[in-house]
Amino acid sequence: MIELKSVSKSFGNTQAVKQISFKVNEKENLVLLGTSGCGKTTTLKMINRLIEPDSGEIIINDEDITNQNPEILRRGIGYVMQNIGLFPHYNIAENISVVPKLLKWDKEKTDQRIIDLIKKLHLPASCLKMFPHELSGGQQQRVGLARALVTDPAILLMDEPFGALDNVTRASIQAEFKALEELKRKTIVMVTHDVQEAFELADRVCLMDQGEIIQIGTPKDLLYNPINDFARKFLDGQRLTLEFKVVTIDDVWSYLSSDKISTEEKPLLSSSNVWDAMEKIRSVSKGKVQISNQHNEIKSVDFQQLTQAFNRYKYNNRHE
Amino acid sequence: MNEQQQTLWGFMFQQSDKLLNQTLQHLGLTFISLLFAIAIGLPLGILIARKRKLSSSILGIAGILQTVPSIALLGFMIPVLGIGAKPAIVALLIYALLPIIRNMYTGIIGIDRYIIESARALGMSKIQILFKVELPLAMPVILAGIRTATVINVGVATLASYIAAGGLGEFIFGGISLNNTNMILAGAIPAALLAIILDSLLSIIQKMDFKKLRKVLYVFPILIIVLSAFYILPSAYGSKLTAGFTPEFMGRQDGDLGLKSEYGLKIHTIVISDAVMYKAAYLKELDVISGYSTDGRLKAFDLKILKDDKGIFPPYYAAPIVRAGSLKKFPELEKVLNLLSGKITDSIMTDLNYKTDYLHESPEKVAKDFLIKNSLYKNPRNGKDGMVRIGSKIFGEQYILAEMYSMLIKGNTDYTVSTKTGLGGTKICFDALVNDQIDFYPEYTGTGLLVLLQPNPKLSKEIAHDKTRTYNYVSSEFKKKYGIKWLKAIGFNNSYALMMRQKQSKLLNVNTITDLKNYLDKN
Ligand SMILES: Nc1ncnc2c1ncn2[C@@H]1O[C@H](COP(=O)(O)OP(=O)(O)O)[C@@H](O)[C@H]1O
Ligand SMILES: [Mg+2]
Repeated sequence: MIELKSVSKSFGNTQAVKQISFKVNEKENLVLLGTSGCGKTTTLKMINRLIEPDSGEIIINDEDITNQNPEILRRGIGYVMQNIGLFPHYNIAENISVVPKLLKWDKEKTDQRIIDLIKKLHLPASCLKMFPHELSGGQQQRVGLARALVTDPAILLMDEPFGALDNVTRASIQAEFKALEELKRKTIVMVTHDVQEAFELADRVCLMDQGEIIQIGTPKDLLYNPINDFARKFLDGQRLTLEFKVVTIDDVWSYLSSDKISTEEKPLLSSSNVWDAMEKIRSVSKGKVQISNQHNEIKSVDFQQLTQAFNRYKYNNRHE
Repeated sequence: MNEQQQTLWGFMFQQSDKLLNQTLQHLGLTFISLLFAIAIGLPLGILIARKRKLSSSILGIAGILQTVPSIALLGFMIPVLGIGAKPAIVALLIYALLPIIRNMYTGIIGIDRYIIESARALGMSKIQILFKVELPLAMPVILAGIRTATVINVGVATLASYIAAGGLGEFIFGGISLNNTNMILAGAIPAALLAIILDSLLSIIQKMDFKKLRKVLYVFPILIIVLSAFYILPSAYGSKLTAGFTPEFMGRQDGDLGLKSEYGLKIHTIVISDAVMYKAAYLKELDVISGYSTDGRLKAFDLKILKDDKGIFPPYYAAPIVRAGSLKKFPELEKVLNLLSGKITDSIMTDLNYKTDYLHESPEKVAKDFLIKNSLYKNPRNGKDGMVRIGSKIFGEQYILAEMYSMLIKGNTDYTVSTKTGLGGTKICFDALVNDQIDFYPEYTGTGLLVLLQPNPKLSKEIAHDKTRTYNYVSSEFKKKYGIKWLKAIGFNNSYALMMRQKQSKLLNVNTITDLKNYLDKN
């Protein structure tokens, strides 16, 4: 668990972070969201002491981090950044094994772990002997992730990890990222300026502006209970897409008719969001998919039915 | 051309021992100073990369040090470090410092800051970041700096021979003084080859990618240390007297060779430049030196000339030598130049030299004062009747003579004057005259005979000690061979002379060269 208590930081006359407080729960993914320059990176870097706060306290697992040696603290926290920062003079295997070496892991254990990890991250084994410049941008970002994950730290800090990638690559890596088992066990603080990305990956979103926190809450909270005009306007441009992403099939289940047809194809889980279900419907030739809920009820849904159900759900919840 | 090559190879073959020795010394000198420069420069470079505020002042100082002329720098060091290896190494180190500090600094600050940040984020300590990230990434830039420094050092190391530190400069400067092209080339070609070879080797290393570079980097420091070891520091000078002779003196029959054959003088000798020799004698770094009998420093440093009792040093009477073509072009020139004839004796010349060399009066002022005192000075007529080009060699006496001639010409004729002073050694000056780059310069009869004409040894031995015969011989031969005329001699005789400190000469009761020999034999 990570806790920030009234943390501030200035650079000369710029107050980058003003009296920020929040908690990140065990195994939670908190996303810091805000426009460029609002203090996200500064906040993130204070958690592993790349930047020292001017005032306030940061507590990780009940211990004030200022009482810990910063180097040892950092070795226990995974860090992924937009610019990746791979060492150009190390090959991929050496890049990934920097922290194991610092922690004096034995070589066999490290090698085995690296082989497992790159498989999970869909990197070819042949890349281990290559140098960073010989890899594509997407591959380099995966290596950056592998480097942060190799010692299986309980906490992961990520600063716009997908920011340097083209749209197609970003979408596919985001999807893999969401699916990665390893990450579900971790406490993650992630920084992004991309609302969609935040909504896609966050358990809770922390919306920031000019060094201050505007609102912290689940994506749904932000979307349906914005605390002020700023929060509302921040999401306005992409509101519909975001709604499709935060509303799950479970939410609209009662509005779907139950014309049950059984087929052999594997049904979609009702915990999926509306957006994903629409994507699925669009991709199949029949224009219909089957969805099952946790009681093993199965419904068959097409695009029109889904949109109608979604609209009725929204109408009924408008005063929430 | 073919013959020239033959004799060059012949010379190099004949002198192969010396050549090898000098080359190794040269390499050793280059690398030992490089080693020190790296040991000092890399930490300094790292320091200023950490504390950027210091960077401009430290780079500034290193930059200024580098602009100090090499000879001056060597000269400054003598009072502190003496002569020989130590000042040479320090001087080379100073020249090598700037490229090494600068490249270390730019190498580090040029590293992508995200790479350093990610190293910190992974939990590397400052030392680990320096050795595992910054140094390897800055290495190509650092190597470029070392490469520059190496090439500079190979070049500047030729000057080490000025202060008795050896190296290929012994051949180069000896050759220039002795008008011996083969000797110059025997030093210059290996020096140039060293520079080219080291430069290309280092450029190969510099361009390697990280994979290969890693392996080479282990070998590199070892190689530098091994090469440094070639420079075995010149052995401590024994308890007896030490002589410092110029490269020119070393190679001449009327110099060191004559001292050996005629006097049987055996003295521990090191090679040193004229520019620092007197001071080194004064500072007791040297006991016996090969100076010039009219040199002002003789007076300034309280030195005494040992009498040449067997007469091996031929007379060196100075006289202007002029192109025949120039005499025709400037009909009044000869008369004007001869105005100085018979006016300057040995002691007057020594005194004039003392004024420039020691009292630091300008040659112009010294020349003018002298002319006024002798009622020879006239205000310039500012005529426009063609320009006379005066040359001079690169030492004080010649500057004074050039100034005097310049004033005489301006005051007595309608010619204008341009002076090309500081034309290096005899060979450079003489070539300039032959090739119509200058119209005249002051030359010495002994030099004309033994350096420029070089008649067969029997003839030169016969006439070299007779003032009149030497003058007559060079006059007629120069006219025949080069179309150059010797005008009337000025009066003074600037011959070679062995000198000691007055005090020491008294103490040891050594007044002649024979005394010196006897003293050395006894002790
Ligand atoms: N090292 C620094 N020196 C000076 N100003 C900084 C520094 N780092 C960040 N800032 C300033 O602090 C503010 C917040 O920066 P940052 O935390 O990087 O924002 P974000 O990550 O949200 O884009 C910005 O105004 C930025 O210019
Ligand atoms: Mg940022």
